[in-house]
Order: sequence, then structure tokens, then C-alpha cells
Amino acid sequence: MTQSLLHQILDYANRADPYPIYEELRKSPVHHEADGPYVISTYYEIRSLLHDPRISSDARNLASNAAEPPAGAPSEESTLPPGFLKLDPPEHDRLRRMTNRPFGPPHSPHRVDGMRGELHDIVTGLIDGIGDPDRIDLVEQFSYPFPVTVICRLLGVPREDETRFHVWADTLAANLDPDPDADPAERDKGAQDARMQLGMYLAGLIEERRKNPGEDMLSQLATAKGDDGPMTTMELLSTAALLLIAGHETTVNLITNGMLTLLRNPDVLQRLRADPRLAVPIVEELLRFEPPVQLVPQRTTLADIEVRGVTIPKGASVWLVLASGNRDPRRFEDPDRFDPDRPDIQHLGLGSGIHSCFGAPLARLETQFALAELARRLENPRLLEDPPPYRQNAVLRGPRRLHLTCDGIRP
Amino acid sequence: MDGDGSLERLKRDGRIVVVGASLAGLRAAETLRDKGFAGSLTLIGDEACEPYDRPPLSKQVLLGRASAERTALPRLRALDATWRLGRAATGLDMAARRVRLADGDEVPYDRLLIATGVRARPWPNEAEADLDGVFVLRTRDDSAALARRLDAGPERVLVIGAGFTGSEIASACRERGLPVTVAERGAAPLVGALGGVVGAVAAEMHREHGVDLRCGVMVTALEGDASGRVRAAQLSDGSTVETDVVIVSLGALRNTEWLAGSGLGAGPRGIACDAGCRAFDIRGIVTDDIYAAGDVARSPHALFGYQFLSLEHWGNAVSQARIAAHNMLSESTDRLPHMEVPAFWSSQFGVNIKSVGIPSMGTEILVSQGSLADHRFLGVYGYQGRVIGAVAFDHGRWLPFYQELIETTAPFPPPFATVDRRPEGQRPLDADFPDPSIPTHGPTVTLSGYSPADRRMTFTPAH
Repeated sequence: MTQSLLHQILDYANRADPYPIYEELRKSPVHHEADGPYVISTYYEIRSLLHDPRISSDARNLASNAAEPPAGAPSEESTLPPGFLKLDPPEHDRLRRMTNRPFGPPHSPHRVDGMRGELHDIVTGLIDGIGDPDRIDLVEQFSYPFPVTVICRLLGVPREDETRFHVWADTLAANLDPDPDADPAERDKGAQDARMQLGMYLAGLIEERRKNPGEDMLSQLATAKGDDGPMTTMELLSTAALLLIAGHETTVNLITNGMLTLLRNPDVLQRLRADPRLAVPIVEELLRFEPPVQLVPQRTTLADIEVRGVTIPKGASVWLVLASGNRDPRRFEDPDRFDPDRPDIQHLGLGSGIHSCFGAPLARLETQFALAELARRLENPRLLEDPPPYRQNAVLRGPRRLHLTCDGIRP
Repeated sequence: MDGDGSLERLKRDGRIVVVGASLAGLRAAETLRDKGFAGSLTLIGDEACEPYDRPPLSKQVLLGRASAERTALPRLRALDATWRLGRAATGLDMAARRVRLADGDEVPYDRLLIATGVRARPWPNEAEADLDGVFVLRTRDDSAALARRLDAGPERVLVIGAGFTGSEIASACRERGLPVTVAERGAAPLVGALGGVVGAVAAEMHREHGVDLRCGVMVTALEGDASGRVRAAQLSDGSTVETDVVIVSLGALRNTEWLAGSGLGAGPRGIACDAGCRAFDIRGIVTDDIYAAGDVARSPHALFGYQFLSLEHWGNAVSQARIAAHNMLSESTDRLPHMEVPAFWSSQFGVNIKSVGIPSMGTEILVSQGSLADHRFLGVYGYQGRVIGAVAFDHGRWLPFYQELIETTAPFPPPFATVDRRPEGQRPLDADFPDPSIPTHGPTVTLSGYSPADRRMTFTPAH
């Protein structure tokens, strides 16, 4: 029996190359199976739904959630409220705005740019520490520790605690994957536990920052007094958890996907080695070609919406397959070709609209630094395994390991 | 399609002249080269400097965050053009296909693009306008001079006119801590562009930031001291404002005087052209070799009842310039219409204002998201039962959705639920625009003669 397209997307067997399935999916831009979600896979439709105010990010608007909360659902006090990623305006706007104060323009225009020196030092240190050039696991030795170190510095989370929050972060990231084989109740329970523990951990940190504030973002969020007043403690915890997790789970994959793509396109790697400025268009093309967030599964309709002749009813679940839109031939010429010279590359890799990636400026800079420096320092790097083993997650897609070898590491 | 090869000849060794070396002129010139135009390209501009960007002039420059001299527009490609800068075009001979310059020189063309834009409307009393301390803000030099004066820490700044530029100037002055009075003839700031409902929000923003906002008044006279420095302004309500800096922000005049007598359909409202940017002559007949783009152009827009629109918007200048350049090098069936949905932005009092469509055509407004009281909202404008425009105060990311509603002539009020709909957004309000039946311009063309054969049309300036 042929598997449904939805199952094929989620099927781990297709993780290394989901793009043929997306191509199939785009034949019906609004794809709907039985009581499954409405899956949107074409560029213009995704883009327009990302700006559509009839679409909610708040799971409470799902028709299946409208009545009684399901039995065994955690009560309000036992868990953190959703982060602004899963909220609608006005709550979303308020929390995102307050979080942005210490992070970006107009109040902190230099925050990300001011980290250039630090980013360079961290990258250099990690590459120096690689050791044996014969067998490198790029994920373990570079792509994971780099963004984790950065987000810890930015937030003011002690890097030594990484082993603790790594487990919680893993669980929470896995929970984003609509894996059909997992028991939903068990998964939710695990995720709630992880969120709670992460929350308790962060609560301790925040308490301490309130007494003894520094220059880090946690201190600034904890002591903020803007037009919007202070965040409640629970809001602060959710926001901090969101930043900590989203701040590294995605960049790991962007860097790893990036190096994988460069190793598969040695001419581009060669050009980058000769001219590190090429890292800027390379990262943009990567966000189109191999985006770390493949699809957005958490959207709900607030009204009946017609998309390409199909009416999506109110309260339905909508999936936006960003990675498929990015390969839509109606939008991008020769979409399956990795081409950093594209003149017009408005990809969906960072989303669009009010939920467009909050950390984008940092993720871009991190990945530009990482790829330029890896290209410069690794001598004649080659893949040892292609395709590499992937993580289970179909939403946050990326290699679990990336084994490569090189002739040496330049100083 | 290329019947007699004339188009190929034009592309190979024709002469194209662009009058107006600002945003539209530059982008048009770049597009001409992109489209394979290999002939001679001349750009004529009355300012001595190369094309620069204007939006920062009323914002970052006045705040001292950017220097007026460093606002040059990025070049998107090499141009290989002859630049005739610092020389205004003073005349056009359509029959001989020549542009006359201020220095007496004449430049011949096969195709002409006019992108002369607008200039600031000066204070009508010349002697008062010449007082030291009286400014307008349109050019880089205007902005640099004003920024220097603000650096000197004036006692009080008076802004005359609370449109977008005037409001941005007032906002920058308040951010610098300078006392500001704003005098606006209308009932509220921005009322002409966005109507009274939104204007009331703008008025609150002014007042909450400490602007001494006076609406429904006109400045009747500016007074100077013995040394010729401005000292006070008389208002129509009998009051006096003591001030040492006055910024006249009363909108713009289109730079078309140099075309007077040329026979081109140009006047105070701009240069009339078709949707493909080809200019009309004063008989209403489209020319085939003269094009117009940017602030100075006035063309029919299919989405808005083919009304002739002239728009002083950054994006409009760019897209119109590209369309004009494309059409200059195309056979008639390959020409493209300019169909860009109008859009503009402003930044004032910490609020990002963006708009799509033509709000001022709207008669009703629905606050579909957010709240007027918070100064964060999205307002949809309705006209005869369809969506005609939208404005966002700190809600710009939703605008592509509303642009789609405009493009698809969606019904107004929109019949669906949206996120963040408040009780006030359940019903449309009267958008409260000033009465459009009160004319702001006189006739620009008069007819004379008796029989059809000797009837003549004469251009009549109406400034």
C-alpha cells in the first residue's frame, strides 16, 4: 500500500532527501488527507498565509481543542505558559517587543553586531580544538557547541550548565516533530516535564540576575521597565526558555547543512575560501536550499479560508512546508540547484510576517562566521559519509553527525 | 515584432536622455543598461551631487545619527553614462527632440525620460521666507543646514504643516529635547493622507511627546528681528509663537515649469502619462518618445478606477522608473503597465507607519487588528463596498495580506475574523477625510477658437 504523502514526510527513511516528496506535494498546493492537517507547499500560498490574520499560532483555537481540555492535560500551574512563538497578538506583540528591546533596533542596534569579536574567538577556539583531522564529527565538535556557547553568553546562562539543559532542549525539540509513531500522551508528558525543569532552572538564574544584574539579556529582561511594564515571572521564564532553545537548535542544523552543502559543491567551497564575503549570499541561499526549519506545523484557521480553490474550514490545522515553498519552480528558477549567485532570493527559510525568525540576525552572522572560517582552515575537507545520519525530527531537520576528514587544519 | 529594425538601432546606438538625477532617474538608467541599451545615455540633474536617498533626511540626519552628505544611493550596476549635474534643464523642443540646459547647451535625444520630481513648496511671502532660521526640507543641503541649526540648540522650533514630513521633523526635534510647536491648517496631523480617525491618533502621539500642537490654524506672518533672524510667527487665531527656527512643511510643487510652452501635458499636477509612462501632450495625445516617472508623473491606475494618480512614494519612483525604461526599449505589444500598488512608510514618535493602497480614496475605516488607543493597529479603508487601502501603526508585517485584499477588490468591510480584533473593530467608522469637493487646484488647460479646426488648447498655470 502506498504511504500517504504526510506519512512520507514524517517517515525517517526520507529524512536525508525529502525534496522529491515535496515536489509531489506541490502538485496539490493545498493537500488534505482524511482528518489530517491542510498542508500548504507552494511558495506564494505559504507566503500569503504567513501574513494572513485569519491564521492563528495559538493552539487553543484548534477545533479539537475548543471544547474541554483533554483528560490529563496539565493544569495552568503545573507548566509554563506558551512562549510568544505560540501566541497571537496582542500578547505575542507585547512579549516579542519587550524581548526585542535588549536584542535589536531601535533600542539595542549594536547587540548582535557587537558580538563579532566574540563569535570570531569562539569559532577560532573550537577549530583549534578539533584535534585529529582524519575523523571530525562536525556536529559534536563545532556546529553544536558554537551556537550553544553564543546563546549562553548572550542570555547570561552559565556554559557549564549545558549538560543539564541539553537534555531538556533535546526533549522539547523532539516534541515539535509530529512523529506518527510516538505516543502523543507520553510525549506531551515528557515535554511538560522538560519545560518545567527548564523553567525551574531558569527561575533560579533569573532570581539571581534580579539581585545582581549584568549586561546579559536575562538581566535586562528581568529588570526591564519599558512602556509595556515588566514581564511577569512566568512570561519571563517562557521567553527565556524559548530563546535558549530556539537560539541553538536551529543554528546547529544551519551550520551543519551548510558545510554538507559546501562539501557537495566544492567549487562554491573553493570560492568561499578565496573570498570570505561570499558567506553572506551563501547563507541566504542555504536558508532557501536547506532550511533548518522545514515546516511550520502550528497554525490554525480562525475563519473559513479559500486557498487555490480549496476552502480550509475554521478551526483546521494548517502546515506550512517552508522548505517546499523554497523549491517551488514557479518562484525560483532551477530550484534544486544550490546557487549563491541568485539575484533574487526572498526565501521562506526564516518565515515571514509577525513570527518571522526573531534570532535571524544572530543566526545569519553565526553561520557566516562559521562557514567562512571552516572553509579557510580545513585543508581539502571531504565527507566520510554521504548522506550522513539525520536526526529523527522532520520539522527541525539536520544531520545528527557529519563525519569528515581533511589533510590538516591551517593556523 | 521588430518591424523595421528601428528598435534594434535604438538599442544599439540611440541616444537616451534622462532629466532628473534622483531615485527614479538613476533606477531608470540602470534598467536601460540591464535591458541591453548600448547607446549613449545622459543624466541631467540640477543638483551638483550624484543621486542620494531622501527618507533619512527628515529622520536619521536630523537626529544626528547619519550625515546628510553620506546618503548617496547605492549603484546597482555600472552605468557608463554622461552626467550633466548642477545644470537644470530649462526647456524642451519636442519637434527637434532636444532638451535645453541652463547653460544654453542643448542635448539631443531619441528617447527622453522626465523624472524631475518635486521640490518643497516655499513659504509664499518671499521676504519672510528669506529670514535667517526659516527652512524647508527636501534636499540634502536643506537637511544638512537644518541639522546644523538644531545642533545649535534653538529656543523653540515651529513646524508649519503636519503632513508626514512635518510630523517626522517634529518627532526628531522632540527626540532631541527641543521645544516644538506644530501649526496645522487641518483638523489633525496626517488628516489629508489618512483621514480624521487616524489623524486623531497622530495628534495624540504629538501631544504625548510634548509637541505644542495647534490644529485648525494657519500661520499668517513670520517676523524677523533687526538682523534678519526669524523671531516669531503670527497665527490666524490671533496668537503669537516666539521661535528662532521655522520649518515650512507645506507639501511639494512638481518641477514642470521648464516644460511650459513645450506642448507636453505638464502642469502643476505633474506630467500626464499613460499607464506605460508615455507622456501625453497637452492635446491628450500620447507621445511615443517621451516618458515620465517618479513624483512628477501622473498616470491612470487600473486598480483605482483608472484615476490619474501622482504619488510621492519611494517605491513608486523605483517601479515606475523600471517600467518606463522597459517600455522605452519595447515594441508596443511588449510594453508593461505600471500597476504597483501604492505603498509608503513613515517613522515618527517611535511608531512605524506603513500604508498600502490609497487610503485617501476610502470613505470608511475599520480597525481590524489592534487598537487606536494603543497607537498600534491596522486600519482598513473601504470605498463603495471594497477594500481600497490599509494603514498600519506598528503592524506593518500584516500589510501584504491587506495588499492582496486591495488587489483582488475584496469586499469591505472584510467579513471574516482576524487575530486581535477588538470590540472597536466590529463596525466601520466614517474615515473622516476633508471634503474632496473643495478644489485645491484650478484649471490647467483652457480652450479657445470656434470651429473644430481652429480650436486651440492653452496651458494655464494655476499655482
